[in-house]
Amino acid sequence: MSSMTNKDSYGHVRGESLFVDDINVKEGTLHALVFDSPSAHGKIKSIDYSEAEKLDGVERIFTYAAIPGENQIGGIIPDEPLFAEQEVHFMGQPIALIVAKTLAIAKKAKKIIKIEIDESPVVTTAKEAFNKGLFINAPRKFELDVVEKGFQESEYVFEGETFTNGQEHLYLETQASYAFPLEDGNIKIISSTQGPTSVQSIAAKVLNLPMHRIEVEVIRLGGAFGGKEDQATPWAVMTALAVYHLKKGVKLILERHDDMRMTGKRHPYESTFKIGLNKDLKILAYEVDYYQNSGAACDLSPAIAERTLFHATNSYFVKNAKLTVHSCKTNLPPNTAFRGFGGPQGMFVIESAIVKAAKELNIPVRKIQEANLLQENDEFPYGQIAKQVEIGKTWNEVKSQFDISKKEKEIQEFNTKNHSVKKGLSLMPITFGISFTNTPMNHARALVHIYQDGSVGISTGAVEMGQSVNTKMLQIAAMSFGLTPDKVKIETTNTTRIANMSPTAASATADLNGKALLNACDNLKERMSEVIAEKLAVNKLDKISYQDNFIFVNGTKSKLSWEELILTTFLKRISLSEHAHYATPEIHFDKTKEKGHPFAYHVYGTALTTVTVDCIRGTYEFDAVQIVHDFGKSMNKGIDMGQVEGALVQGMGWMTMEEISYDEKGRLLSNSLSGYKVPDIFSVPKEINVIPLETDGNEMAILKSKAVGEPPLMYGIGAYFAIQNAMLAFNPSYKIKFDAPMTPEKVLMGLYENDLK
Amino acid sequence: MIEFILNNKIIKTEVKSGMTLLYFIRENQGLKGTKSGCKEGDCGACTVLSGTLQKDNSVDYKSITSCLTPMANVHGKHIVTVEGVNLKNELNLAQQAIKDNFATQCGFCTPGFVNSLSGLALKHTHPTKADGINALSGNICRCTGYKSIEKAADEVTSKLQEKDHNNELEWLVENKFIPNYFKEIPLKLKALKSDKNNSEGVLVSGGTDLYVRHADALLDQDIQQAINFVSNNIEFSDTKCTIGVGASVTDLMENKQLNSYYPNLKSDLKLLSSEQIRNMASLGGNFVNASPIGDMAIFFLALNAKLMVQNSIAETREIALKDFFLDYKKIDLKDNEFIQSITFNLPDKSTYFNFEKVSKRTHLDIATVNAAISINVQGNIVVNAYISVGGVAAIPRYLSKTASYLMGKELKKEYILEAQEVLQSEISPISDVRGTDQYKRLLARQLFFAHFIKLYPNLFQLKDFVA
Repeated sequence: MSSMTNKDSYGHVRGESLFVDDINVKEGTLHALVFDSPSAHGKIKSIDYSEAEKLDGVERIFTYAAIPGENQIGGIIPDEPLFAEQEVHFMGQPIALIVAKTLAIAKKAKKIIKIEIDESPVVTTAKEAFNKGLFINAPRKFELDVVEKGFQESEYVFEGETFTNGQEHLYLETQASYAFPLEDGNIKIISSTQGPTSVQSIAAKVLNLPMHRIEVEVIRLGGAFGGKEDQATPWAVMTALAVYHLKKGVKLILERHDDMRMTGKRHPYESTFKIGLNKDLKILAYEVDYYQNSGAACDLSPAIAERTLFHATNSYFVKNAKLTVHSCKTNLPPNTAFRGFGGPQGMFVIESAIVKAAKELNIPVRKIQEANLLQENDEFPYGQIAKQVEIGKTWNEVKSQFDISKKEKEIQEFNTKNHSVKKGLSLMPITFGISFTNTPMNHARALVHIYQDGSVGISTGAVEMGQSVNTKMLQIAAMSFGLTPDKVKIETTNTTRIANMSPTAASATADLNGKALLNACDNLKERMSEVIAEKLAVNKLDKISYQDNFIFVNGTKSKLSWEELILTTFLKRISLSEHAHYATPEIHFDKTKEKGHPFAYHVYGTALTTVTVDCIRGTYEFDAVQIVHDFGKSMNKGIDMGQVEGALVQGMGWMTMEEISYDEKGRLLSNSLSGYKVPDIFSVPKEINVIPLETDGNEMAILKSKAVGEPPLMYGIGAYFAIQNAMLAFNPSYKIKFDAPMTPEKVLMGLYENDLK
Repeated sequence: MIEFILNNKIIKTEVKSGMTLLYFIRENQGLKGTKSGCKEGDCGACTVLSGTLQKDNSVDYKSITSCLTPMANVHGKHIVTVEGVNLKNELNLAQQAIKDNFATQCGFCTPGFVNSLSGLALKHTHPTKADGINALSGNICRCTGYKSIEKAADEVTSKLQEKDHNNELEWLVENKFIPNYFKEIPLKLKALKSDKNNSEGVLVSGGTDLYVRHADALLDQDIQQAINFVSNNIEFSDTKCTIGVGASVTDLMENKQLNSYYPNLKSDLKLLSSEQIRNMASLGGNFVNASPIGDMAIFFLALNAKLMVQNSIAETREIALKDFFLDYKKIDLKDNEFIQSITFNLPDKSTYFNFEKVSKRTHLDIATVNAAISINVQGNIVVNAYISVGGVAAIPRYLSKTASYLMGKELKKEYILEAQEVLQSEISPISDVRGTDQYKRLLARQLFFAHFIKLYPNLFQLKDFVA
């Protein structure tokens, strides 16, 4: 592959890249540990910190009483305290921060804190919360045309229920923050966060300080996947609070078990669907109630609910739909952003509805899928008109490139010949909208300094978390200025250089920050054009370009080098720094009408998944996942391919082995890496083949290279249905279910369902 | 005093021998390339190499997870972190392969992968493509989806085909796998003092289970190394095999004679945890841990193995493994006793052995149910059978009734089905995070059938047993 590799890879492979826990801390830095609720719901009767406080080496134990500002970290709805006061609402809810000379001392102190809680009833599932009337906010509803009319006109109507479980982010680097005092009572926080500005603004609110007194810096994240969008904030704010009081550096790195217990996950969804089709298999009506298990506080749940609605119809045109999300309040850690952000949960339901219809009608699933694929100028349920629709092309490419009919025949023959192993396949189309669904968040800024020696330093609001966004930023600047990559440096992400950032999320970060960066580069070039004109005696009609470290005129290399141009510009007292802004044009959304044009564009693709199920043991192996994906014009094929493969496998993990489990008391049972399994090198498909769809790209995407972070995760949904098809080959009377993940347990129980009755 | 070589540096330290190597590396030595991801050996971000000087003056390197390694166990070793495989101003071959194949994204797991691949390079073999992947069995990456990592491993593996085995270190240095200082390590290791004088504290073998739960508590404690009391020898007589329970799972896997008696040994044992953990975990530890789903317990129960137990005044007694497990996490071992060795009869031509394990994830996972059988069939009559199953009772279950039912009977479908009914009466699974009781019962049935389908493919198929 010829594309530029992750610019950090040299440091990564040598162990030289810095994560929060690797930073050389200032002398006297203290270590913090969170004391959290041992119960999922109740009133705190008493807490006795006295023995813990007496322990040698314990500096101080902070509770809500130490907060000078508001004890509030809720981003969308102010319903989440930093530290519990009188009540606790989930097991693992932070109550206090123990600050000690060493982590070992803090751990000893934690063990001798005594707490008494008056237990209240615990709710762990969405339906239970719904029945008890426990909600985060009012239900959110998309209602199109008259859904009842659609059902009346339908030839076939099917109903069903689905469940998708949560998913642990399992970023390899746990939540981490290191804060230390600056002069004049200012505080600097180095956080492993996707949202530096969220950390800054919440810290300011909690400490009752203006935002400019809090500096937040991010070097890089050891994985995030949404888990550090809102939920990196509390730990960062806690360290800032300790610094505020102690005037010493404080470090808080969550232990893995603490991280798993205290932080929210992908939202589990229970859903009930009703789908109506006409004789030609066109979906005429689709009605769903989504019961979102939001956890004990709002966090990002309403925004996630919104994206569930936006992706409820996946890649299909549905004229009449009634879609309602109920954000149900339970006694679990507040569930939060996770790659796909509610989209995967929505897509699983319509795929289930189609599978159910196909089974009832005894026709291939793909016939229904194909009959309803979006066409150019179709209207999405939210009013946006579909443009540059590529879904049909990716679908047809998959069918022809991988010869579906032949494959189906081969599988049929295989299954006839073999009794103890069965194969199954599935097709999974995806259509995913790019932009923050909350329109005001779609903006970014970039700061470019060209130093007098010609080297370039760049700051943007993008946070590097493995997706290689900084490599893309570097490519953009290097390309714009015609420089080799070594002349460009990407700085840390820092709130003093870039203010009011949107979090690095929604797959849109490279687009937003990249376009801001391009604007900055263009503005600088515009200023330097007069220097060039003077130096090279060119006129307005001449075409100036920047290549190979030189200025080119009408495609011909001039004598003017980049360095000479920069020095001359500097001596002429023209600014070599530029801070530029970008806001996505065209997008808008009216929440009162639930109509508008929320997305800059959509990403399309289709995946074909083939699996082999061991019918003796109930285990399975994926033979292949073959994908045709719409990258637009990929600006870095190696990096984008890595995003597709990584997201696919993460999505497959969600659908297969990753099983979150709480007991009825709200205790997380899958609370360690030994109890919660993510894909390892043996569990990934034997073959992953990703073919880029040839397209013109989209102008709204950076360099026409489409966003790639989240969409491919949803290819993983195909894993569920492929396994189920293989199971049906063994046990034709197996009653299909829509209950993810499809663990080896569910497979074996399904294969021998008849024996177990 | 603990004395060892860390990368290119001789370390003499007075830290407590119960402290983890990970803590020592990061907090005491400030080497931050080794990452802490889970502290239970389940992610591999803290993977380092541990080199042991051999009699022929070569050094045998094994990948281990430093989070579960007590400092006592690094005494006299060459410990290599990612900093120790870095070349000056250029990447080593494994690092270059990872970079070139886009096999690092966030980078947090990457040093662990680099070390595992370096460990592969330092093995005295020509690795196959599968060996390359197996070397990464204990490394979790949440970003890449592994395909790029597979490509990087393939590149490393194929380059290693050219390795000159007469001049290994020289070749590895020349081909930029490792830095030059490795060549001096054998002599330096030889010069290390080898006295181990700890005589107090808890007895620790591989530490792979104990340290998952007690690493914090042992941070400021001294421990005793089990290897000072027990051997790791694997010895054969005409009919018996005796293994010192200090032997690691890898020691078993790599033993040529054992592999000749049990042709599936390697693939069976690959279902046990990861390469890193297999390099550390000892047989003795797996027995005294007494987990109801201990893989080694299930394995050796079906070999009708016997333990030799020794006390503090060097008296010994023999006890059958099936009598060793008393109740949940209770074993027949007094405070002043330890297991010395395990002995079992070697199979004759008519004896077959099979091991089965199903878990949520096939590799690096704890079994939901595991099962083993050793069966001797002569002229279609079951002469002898030893059967075990784990995860379905408070202890690793030896199925004496099931076995006696089969004995003397013809090897026939009807009897196997009947025996399965007996099996169900001998187990009492409970529902937990690994599965419901109903599932475990079903799985126990299926794995019992699997033994016969696998061992006698010409006699039995799945459809003989299930409707």
